[in-house]
Amino acid sequence: MKASVIVFPGSNCDRDIAVSLEKTTGKPTTMVWHGESEVPQSDLIVVPGGFSYGDYLRSGAMAAQSPIMKDVVKKAKAGTPVIGICNGFQVITEAGLLPGVLMRNAGLKYVCKDVLLRVERTDTMFTSQYGNGGVIRIPVGHHDGNYYADDDMLDRLEGEGRVAFRYSDESGALTEDANPNGSQRNIAGIYDETGRILGMMPHPERLADPALGGIDGQKMFDSLLAAA
Amino acid sequence: MKARIKVTLKNGVLDPQGKAIENALGSLGFGGVDEVRQGKYIELDLEETDEAKARAQVEAMCEKLLANTVIENYAVELEAA
Repeated sequence: MKASVIVFPGSNCDRDIAVSLEKTTGKPTTMVWHGESEVPQSDLIVVPGGFSYGDYLRSGAMAAQSPIMKDVVKKAKAGTPVIGICNGFQVITEAGLLPGVLMRNAGLKYVCKDVLLRVERTDTMFTSQYGNGGVIRIPVGHHDGNYYADDDMLDRLEGEGRVAFRYSDESGALTEDANPNGSQRNIAGIYDETGRILGMMPHPERLADPALGGIDGQKMFDSLLAAA
Repeated sequence: MKARIKVTLKNGVLDPQGKAIENALGSLGFGGVDEVRQGKYIELDLEETDEAKARAQVEAMCEKLLANTVIENYAVELEAA
């Protein structure tokens, strides 16, 4: 599996995800600078976390207009799988690859902690190794992770099985306490219509090694490898 | 021309920052404030001198970059330089 990681000025999770992917696949990951015009042929494009363009105007808004994103959108629409994590989720929603928007956290604070997520589907290329689903632990670190879409769009996302992860308690219940940022319907991640584009606020690369305290994130990379 | 653009949250979209400002005003003793909504103000100097063309240009900028129309409205005021 050949993966490319897009690097914007202000990205800061690009190297972490590259380490996770290289460890999983045994192959080098290509880092692609935002000013370039083409992503090399890849089996996966990663739009990583960070603070692209200093979060100016709106988180992800400037990066979504950068030269490389035109090619990311083109390749995504032609079928290349794309994952946007945290700031990457903000970037790909601003670029129109996923619906909705990530607003300022309801509590107004930057939230940096491990959260529990209910895995909503295990039949996708990103989640096949999560067994029967259940609840996993993945860290978040964001100020603008409050997922918003209008009710029609939320109903549609749920109806089409496009919710990937939801903030939950240990039993899988979608409580207000388990929701770190006020996201509508506790949504932490969503798919596009094809299931090949995933945007999520939590960082799987931050719990992908026993030395980091857990491997729940690693299963996403194992899933991607299994699908390649 | 000068363009003055106001970007505001749509009705019904929660505005936690506005809420925090409202609470802060209350705790400072400013009573009678029912609702606070926070937005953005952007000023542009345009080379275009024709008002209709300038408006079309600025609206395109708003649609593409300056506002996220999923949650935000924008209003454009133009003034001859």
